[in-house]
Amino acid sequence: MKSGLKRSNAPIFWSLFGAGGMLSALFGPVLVFITGIAVPLGLLLPAGTMSYPKMLAFAQNFIGKGFIFAVIALFLWFAAHRIYHSLHEIGIHPGLLAKLLCYGSAFAATLISAYVLLGLGF
Amino acid sequence: MSKRRPYVRSMDGWWKKNPFFVEYMIHESTALFVAAYAFVLLVGLIRLGQGEAAWNGWLEAMKSPLSLVFHLAFLVAIAYHTYSWFVIMPKTLPPIIVGGKRVGPAAITGGGLLAAVVASIAMLALVWRIAL
Repeated sequence: MKSGLKRSNAPIFWSLFGAGGMLSALFGPVLVFITGIAVPLGLLLPAGTMSYPKMLAFAQNFIGKGFIFAVIALFLWFAAHRIYHSLHEIGIHPGLLAKLLCYGSAFAATLISAYVLLGLGF
Repeated sequence: MSKRRPYVRSMDGWWKKNPFFVEYMIHESTALFVAAYAFVLLVGLIRLGQGEAAWNGWLEAMKSPLSLVFHLAFLVAIAYHTYSWFVIMPKTLPPIIVGGKRVGPAAITGGGLLAAVVASIAMLALVWRIAL
């Protein structure tokens, strides 16, 4: 007998939201500070912290690769889920288009970052 | 067609009337900043994949005053996300029982914020070590 209940896909998106929310809560501010403020202004960190050889080595390292992938993909899955569910509050009734724009961009970014990271080699 | 035009109360700015909802809208909107920052990183990753010249171009772009202003805004917004994430966490977690007693909301929020501080210091130390 087939069950009449359709399994919900909500737990998948909620898990991605939770993981991305946690990762961005723990590391978001310090990452913005490092990549967007300290390195561009030459503050605090050694010169050449994000030089090409260093970043390439980081992106080729197994852990570094995983970290970059997790940050980009999970930050976007978190944001997509939160933005999608907030549209209602500003009077936009979310439909298929909103869903495609929110989750679709997170999905595209996930694929692109995986493709680039794999292309950089190990 | 019916000529009736029933009164429908406008929902514009509904959240501005209650400080609780104002805070809600602020913490929800931090997601826009998280997304914007993730896209900046994605562009950086793509430029890294295109070689040294492209990567150096991205590094140079990160030095522009506009980029710095944006990153200051990201920093404030995402730091607020950190704070609100751990303030909300006691309501989203299943009850945690330690020694027969339920861990209170202040302990969960405090523990989360402490974890974020430790994670930030550890990240800075790790980057410093790799960079030297």
